[in-house]
Amino acid sequence: MSSVNATTFEVLNKELAAKIDTIITNNANNSTKLVGILLEVQAIVPKQYLPLEIAAYISQKMNIPLSRIYDVISFYAALSDVPRADCVIQLCDSVVCKVTGNTVLKESLQELLGIKVNEITADGKYALEPTACFGACDIAPAIRVNGRVFGHLTSKEKVKKVLDNYK
Amino acid sequence: MKNVKIIIDNKDLVVPEGTTILEAAKKVNINIPHLCYHPDQAIKANCRLCVVEVAGSKKLTPACSSFVFEGMEIRTNTKKVRDMQTGVLELILANHDQNCLQCLRNGTCELQDLCRRFNISKTNLEDTVEALPLDDTNPSLVRDSSKCVKCNRCVEACQKTQEVHVLTHSHRSVHYNITPAYEMPLEDTLCVFCGQCAAVCPTGAIVEKDETQKVWDAIYDPRKHVIVQVAPAVRVALGDSFNLPKGDIVTGKMVAALRRLGIEQVFDTNFTADLTILEEANELIKRITEGGTLPLITSCSPGWVNFIEGRYDHLLDHLSTCKSPQQMFGSLSKTYYADLIGLDPKDIFTVSIMPCTAKKYEAQRPEFEKDGVRDVDVALTTRELARMIQASGIEFTDLEEDQFDNPFGIGTGAGAIFGASGGVTEAALRTAYEVITGKGLPNLNFLQVRGLEGIKEATIDLDGLELKVAVAQGLSNAKVLLKQIQNGTSPYAFIEIMGCPGGCIGGGGQPIKSTLEVKAKRMKALYKIDADLPLRKSHKNPDIIKLYDEYLGAPLGEKSHELLHTHYHSRNKKYDFSSLKK
Ligand code: SF4
Ligand code: SF4
Ligand code: SF4
Ligand code: FES
Ligand code: FES
Repeated sequence: MSSVNATTFEVLNKELAAKIDTIITNNANNSTKLVGILLEVQAIVPKQYLPLEIAAYISQKMNIPLSRIYDVISFYAALSDVPRADCVIQLCDSVVCKVTGNTVLKESLQELLGIKVNEITADGKYALEPTACFGACDIAPAIRVNGRVFGHLTSKEKVKKVLDNYK
Repeated sequence: MKNVKIIIDNKDLVVPEGTTILEAAKKVNINIPHLCYHPDQAIKANCRLCVVEVAGSKKLTPACSSFVFEGMEIRTNTKKVRDMQTGVLELILANHDQNCLQCLRNGTCELQDLCRRFNISKTNLEDTVEALPLDDTNPSLVRDSSKCVKCNRCVEACQKTQEVHVLTHSHRSVHYNITPAYEMPLEDTLCVFCGQCAAVCPTGAIVEKDETQKVWDAIYDPRKHVIVQVAPAVRVALGDSFNLPKGDIVTGKMVAALRRLGIEQVFDTNFTADLTILEEANELIKRITEGGTLPLITSCSPGWVNFIEGRYDHLLDHLSTCKSPQQMFGSLSKTYYADLIGLDPKDIFTVSIMPCTAKKYEAQRPEFEKDGVRDVDVALTTRELARMIQASGIEFTDLEEDQFDNPFGIGTGAGAIFGASGGVTEAALRTAYEVITGKGLPNLNFLQVRGLEGIKEATIDLDGLELKVAVAQGLSNAKVLLKQIQNGTSPYAFIEIMGCPGGCIGGGGQPIKSTLEVKAKRMKALYKIDADLPLRKSHKNPDIIKLYDEYLGAPLGEKSHELLHTHYHSRNKKYDFSSLKK
């Protein structure tokens, strides 16, 4: 029934733990900011996801039940409990982006990455995901890459420039 | 409070303002269909089964979450209402593994009742049962998500009643589920196996782990001498399963039924409850006089023990080292009793009948085994015993009463009230008072520690020595007392904690539908058993006195230490993050 506690981790290490600590401190250890904290943490975890060991770490640090954290992670489309890719590109498929012409954006992305929406590149580097509006309508059409928003992506050249940041 | 006049299905009715339609309907004997509503829980309004028509409103109204108003006219049985309810049920069934014949809740399932009522079996909708893997790796409970109707009752039990926060709802829309974090099996979480989730689940989605077959096998095995102990709270609840009035005391019939099943000796856990009191009262006196860790906290509820071992392990020094009455019985059955009847402990098969799913976990703890012989071989819940009786065709209600066997057949009133929250405290005080003061106790009844309140306290004058005690039932209440200890503000010398609301009478293994109302009746019944007994103090139990004289020596003595005490320890937390600190 009882085995020993795990002391080695797949993803977590001292450096990552320290970064997570900083994110929590910057948010004043405030449990009402949990979603934001989880987004920030996810952005610094390789493969852009929140595995159990990290959720458990946050749970202990912030004194929030693990089940509550899982509820949040599984509820928000922007958070993932399974590994995604090193670079997750989220494409807004809400109205404003659509009318400002994100077909160009979508096609450019698919062409440049060689994958369709909802796919991951063979090398596990890039994932292309649809998402609901993330509040960048003023700069539509827009994408979010590992939590960072880029707007006014009206041509293939502009898209390529963004992707160049994530080689 | 103001009263309002309403009409339900042509029946005039006056109810207090603030009553829901569903509760008002109950008063005129109308049972509005429901799945998420539970009388002791918050309003959830997620199943949409309880709809009714209210005059003046075009939309259907959910009865569990809508309050009555003056002149309200309600119809609960119109075509529109029934069509809607049938539709909801069909949708649920489309996602339900209808395997009633193999389901432990067959006959006590609320979904099954509703389907019978609406005459629905299969549905025309395509079958889409998409379930998580069966969770059955722990000793106590089995979770089967293919039977879950997502009513969230278990989530409330786990998060609010118990504040253990293991179960949660997760994901959205078609992937919406009820699960521990990351779909972990309960065994990998800090679940305490209290079974309060199973007690409120309307279906077979969370049930006790059925071990009746192991007991049948032992009964059929001619080499096994099968004995049973029955916990105090079982005798006031078992009758529920045979449609007897709630709170009926069925001790004699229960003993008779066990004998008919083929159990060779039927013993009473009340006896080892008395024994626990002797050890624990003396432990308390010792800690007070020798300056040990106080408050001393009881250790007889395994749900509670699992909780402190998992979440408050820094307070483990406060926990009594006494084994629970179940485990004291277990070790005596394989030592003292084996010697007495001249049998090899290997050939004795000890079964306990418990109100509790956590007792299964406790019985399987590695420390409760000696030389490959388990102290307690199988712990069955009240529900499992009821099923065994039903399976063997015994007409329970017509049975002639029978009596427990010796040498573990005499229990005092103090042992009997162990089954109710506050009972252990009262029993301990009856003994501690007389041991410390050397005088007879003028009044045996400690009314301050009785009842269903979450936390109770009392101050007792032990001939000049003032003793403050507290009692908590359910783990959310336990937390309040633990935080005081943590802050150094706990004024108590003794604390009783029961993992389940109401104590064992409300245990997670009791017959289904153990509402607060039912618990109150069971509690009353236990205090009646106590009041009617000639012996009401544990230290006056003649067989306990004999046991110490002939075998154990004195309380806290060497033999007691070996057989009746144990060591509780931290529970595995899955991760230890200390290596990550700079
Ligand atoms: S949960 Fe109820 S309806 Fe479902 S299989 Fe079990 S008894 Fe039948
Ligand atoms: S047994 Fe108790 S702790 Fe475990 S999931 Fe059920 S309610 Fe929660
Ligand atoms: S497991 Fe039972 S109580 Fe929990 S949501 Fe499912 S049906 Fe309801
Ligand atoms: S009982 Fe009213 S919505 Fe479930
Ligand atoms: S210890 Fe669980 S019901 Fe009594």
